Amino acid sequence: MTVDTITSFLHMGGHAAYVWPSFVITVVVLAALFVHSLSFLRAGEAALKGLKAEDEASDET
Amino acid sequence: MLHRFANPTRFLRLSAALLPWTAGLTLVLLIAGLYLALFGSPADYQQGETVRIMYVHVPAAWMALFCYSCMAGASAVGLIWKHPLADMAAKATAPIGACFTFLALVTGSLWGKPMWGAWWVWDARLTSVLILFFLYLGYMALHNAFDDPTRGARSAAVLALVGFVNVPIIKFSVDWWNTLHQPSSVVKMGGPAIHPSMLTPLLLMGLAYTTYYVWVLLLRLRGEIVAGKVRAIRLRQAHG
Amino acid sequence: MRWAFEIMRRDLRLALRQGVDSLMAVVFFVLAVVLFPLGVGPEANILARIAAGVIWVAALLASMLSLERLFQTDYDDGSLELLALSPVALELVVLAKVVAHWLTTGVPLIVAAPVLAVLLDMDAQGFVVLIVALALGTPTMSLIGSVGAALILGARRGGVLLSLLVLPLFIPVLIFGVAAVDAAIGGFAARPHLMILSGLLIGAVALCPWASAASLRQSLE
Repeated sequence: MTVDTITSFLHMGGHAAYVWPSFVITVVVLAALFVHSLSFLRAGEAALKGLKAEDEASDET
Repeated sequence: MLHRFANPTRFLRLSAALLPWTAGLTLVLLIAGLYLALFGSPADYQQGETVRIMYVHVPAAWMALFCYSCMAGASAVGLIWKHPLADMAAKATAPIGACFTFLALVTGSLWGKPMWGAWWVWDARLTSVLILFFLYLGYMALHNAFDDPTRGARSAAVLALVGFVNVPIIKFSVDWWNTLHQPSSVVKMGGPAIHPSMLTPLLLMGLAYTTYYVWVLLLRLRGEIVAGKVRAIRLRQAHG
Repeated sequence: MRWAFEIMRRDLRLALRQGVDSLMAVVFFVLAVVLFPLGVGPEANILARIAAGVIWVAALLASMLSLERLFQTDYDDGSLELLALSPVALELVVLAKVVAHWLTTGVPLIVAAPVLAVLLDMDAQGFVVLIVALALGTPTMSLIGSVGAALILGARRGGVLLSLLVLPLFIPVLIFGVAAVDAAIGGFAARPHLMILSGLLIGAVALCPWASAASLRQSLE
């Protein structure tokens, strides 16, 4: 692959300003949604573990 | 069949097994789709390279409608049969659908500027998709506006069903009204009107988005179940 | 049927005793419309061009003001539960309340609209259509608004949420309402747009009381 073809690929026939942001925004939004969903799950699991530990501690007393 | 999965623990086990597969499938389809969209498909003779935006815009629009339909269906099941997983599925689908609607609007705008010369036009399809976005936001706000989560779920379910009238309006808006937006070329009578070299990446991206939806939905459902358990324990401790 | 009238009369009496609500809606309507010439500039052609849209948007916003209290006060003091248990169908109760709401909020707006149209230099050809379109649109807005009001019963920050829920659903009424007036001004037939507005009204009368009642039952569980 020559530098020319890479440059012309990135150039997207003059429409680079529209095509690339479309793909980039898509990937960013989908990734962000995934990260948010995962952290929501992790936060819940951490809270659950903490509460269960409290429960066990108060059961022992 | 659905009642077997109403048991949260059973669902947690099932989703734990499914998650890596949906994740893997999504990534494979996404990479394949993006590769074909950017490298492996031809430019349009009229639109040039901007046609590539179609491969992220159209599947996002499909998913926006698909997610709302799932949300409305789950809401109906939750209202009629009071199936707890249905309520959670509706709640979990909303942010995913909202993101896809947002993407459809933004990529559509980025496609519209070079193609029509305008970032936005107030034609029937664009306006009704914008309303769909507001409906998603309203749904999420309503669901979270109540202290009692069941009340929130019921209220939001009614909203989802009332707003469902917008979905056929969006689908057929390009047929019913004179719009600037292109009429249906894939899902129509007589089969798709696109060349296979463009149809393949389009369908691949559509499939990738669908598996992505299942993947994130499973994650969020697990999150909701765990959050429910946390709430239950906290309530028990408060009353203990 | 007699019970439904009784409920409507009760709501009317309550609303009129608290005349503030209707007055507030009209004052807000007038203020909102008056802001536009002040903001956009007093040029007659510009104002005439946007008059129909401005009046409709202001009417939308004004009719939303008193929606929050449509069911809230009855819910808070327990009379909503009693109404739900009464022999009258909850759907009829909703319809009666909506009619009362429209009479105290929508009708004053319809009366004020032509005056505001004059202030905005709207073409005289559009006046009659404006009144007719508002007469068709405001009850639709009360009906759709009742669904929103029922949904937010007991919610936190219900007022703001109500706007977020109800405004997107108002948009078709807005679009066709303005189209009707603009058509009349331009010399075209307003009838197709008025027909669609009537259709929206009929659809709302059929669906909204049912949706509101379902929502009210959920909140009373």
